[in-house]
Amino acid sequence: MSTEVKNIDYSAMPDEKGHFGIFGGRFVSETLMHALDELQEIYSRVKDDPEFLAEFDKDLAHYVGRPSPLYLAEHLSEKLGGAQVYLKREDLNHTGAHKINNTIGQALLAKHTGKTRVIAETGAGQHGVATATVAARLGLECVVYMGAEDVQRQALNVYRMKLLGATVVPVTSGSKTLKDAMNEAMRDWVTNVDDTFYIIGTVAGPHPYPQLVRDFQCVIGREARAQCLAQAGRLPDALVACVGGGSNAIGLFHPFLNDQSVKMYGVEAGGYGVETGKHAAPLNDGVPGILHGNRTYLMEDENGQIIETHSVSAGLDYPGVGPEHSWLKDTGRVDYVAINDDEAMASFRSLTKIEGIMPALESSHAVAYAEKLAPTMGKDEIIVVNLSGRGDKDILTVAKIDGIEV
Amino acid sequence: MNRISQCLQACKQEGRKALVTYIVHGDPGLEHTLPSMHRLVEEGADIIELGIPFSDPMAEGPVIQRGHERALANGASLTNAMELVSQFRQNNKHTPVVLMGYANPIERMGYSKLASSAAKAGVDGLLTVDLPPEEAEALNVELKQQGLENIFLIAPTTTEARMADITALAGGFVYYVSLKGVTGAGHLDVTSVQQKVEQIRKYTGLPVLVGFGIKDKDTAKAIGAVSDGVVVGSLLVKAMGEGESHDLKSICDHLASLIKPIRKGLDEL
Repeated sequence: MSTEVKNIDYSAMPDEKGHFGIFGGRFVSETLMHALDELQEIYSRVKDDPEFLAEFDKDLAHYVGRPSPLYLAEHLSEKLGGAQVYLKREDLNHTGAHKINNTIGQALLAKHTGKTRVIAETGAGQHGVATATVAARLGLECVVYMGAEDVQRQALNVYRMKLLGATVVPVTSGSKTLKDAMNEAMRDWVTNVDDTFYIIGTVAGPHPYPQLVRDFQCVIGREARAQCLAQAGRLPDALVACVGGGSNAIGLFHPFLNDQSVKMYGVEAGGYGVETGKHAAPLNDGVPGILHGNRTYLMEDENGQIIETHSVSAGLDYPGVGPEHSWLKDTGRVDYVAINDDEAMASFRSLTKIEGIMPALESSHAVAYAEKLAPTMGKDEIIVVNLSGRGDKDILTVAKIDGIEV
Repeated sequence: MNRISQCLQACKQEGRKALVTYIVHGDPGLEHTLPSMHRLVEEGADIIELGIPFSDPMAEGPVIQRGHERALANGASLTNAMELVSQFRQNNKHTPVVLMGYANPIERMGYSKLASSAAKAGVDGLLTVDLPPEEAEALNVELKQQGLENIFLIAPTTTEARMADITALAGGFVYYVSLKGVTGAGHLDVTSVQQKVEQIRKYTGLPVLVGFGIKDKDTAKAIGAVSDGVVVGSLLVKAMGEGESHDLKSICDHLASLIKPIRKGLDEL
């Protein structure tokens, strides 16, 4: 149920305890509370510190390759016959996705804390690779937890992480996917809290993670806003981004939240269809609950047990979502929609053929929704789609669906 | 007075160290839990901590994780845990029962319904691992109304400032987590436990019980000597779920064989 609330200053959230309305907060065992207090203290000290920000910006420019282009997809726009579709090319970042923006930022924080070991959870492996990358560069020990199922499905990324010097630990508990990897990373952190920094990959987890990951990802939206003004002479009319945990979406949306004219669409993984129950779309078909340190919309059964999700895209295959998205849903500021596996697959293929850009299966969900939205809009209107990652990592998945052995 | 306070006060008067035993509701089968609870009491358990299984038990080591998985596969839930406690109360009016679990199942049931059903069933307290004092206010109000205690954890990493905040809200007893790690871990440091327990006592008159890493008579005795009692969990869950037989009698006998020496060790103090 959405109730439109006007005159909210969206940039002022979360409150000091990490709440976005009823969402967010800090639901962890006592052992971690001090580490989170410490992290919050360090983050509040450096987040407006010109020296820290300059270091972050320098790494984004020279190591990640920012700014990423805002590309007018003329062929796609022409085919759709409506709004002009621009792609924010996060796929062109070093390591191939938006994930690196956040790991650069958190690695700088880790440096400030003096901790020598970093850990991460990963689903598709993109965040694991991005973490292993910054750890290699800074000489930090790196352990990545990955569901045993995902280790099988994403063998290429597992090998990339190993080449980068990380230890990849397959997680065999629970459903053996991303949520279990996150449980295991939390267990590691509880055990090694003195020397370990946990680099969470999305805008979820206990406060201050949803806030700091968002802040590091906001470079996407800040750039897109300036680029759109420079290239088109005006703000976009709509933003579209896929939502698993929701870090690429919040990164694009946040700098536009106070621009009331800009509509926003978060695209969840509809899997086999929201009506089948086999999906990963908690904002479309979930209830508020508590998991992984925060209160947010979740997919769960009538006893509050988290249920298994399904998406063709491993990066969206998660039963929760960042708490700020839950709040943006309930305030009505962002529309959360779902795209099914087959729709995302079709857009993966069409963008590859029409524009010569191969999107990640996650980002293909956003492209697919833009393909539905554009024809309903005028030719003078603008959609910005976050192309959050490149599709090279998904080639084996796509080939398998095609019945081809590569 | 709440059963937990009565029990721990009696322990104190008798110079007896409290023994809290943790098992998972529904593990290895729904039918095992009730007889095991009675047997644990017979063998000298002072308080029963009943684990409510959760799909994502973040603070548990592998042994208790597997216990939760088995229990969920058997259909264990918060709702049928309450029914079980009601049955337990038909034959036992004095042993305190604490439900230990994670926030989401109680969030799903709703705090008000949870508190009233728990009180009606004969539950005495709640320990919710991922509900620190900062997030526990709404639940506290409901529990208080029903005369239930909210039990909080204090960890090796807890600062003195936090100790003051936690003990201000805590009821029943303080559960000191003996080590940085998950349940069932093996790196117990008695000296540091002793220092921390003394620190906690500066802030509260509540009994301080210590759990995580207590696995035999020696560790129980060492920790019992510096606290008001111990919590034993992984040891029992392993015996129940991963022993040679799931036969009810052998499970109960196995539990008894583990608890007897621990009780004896504590009574030697």
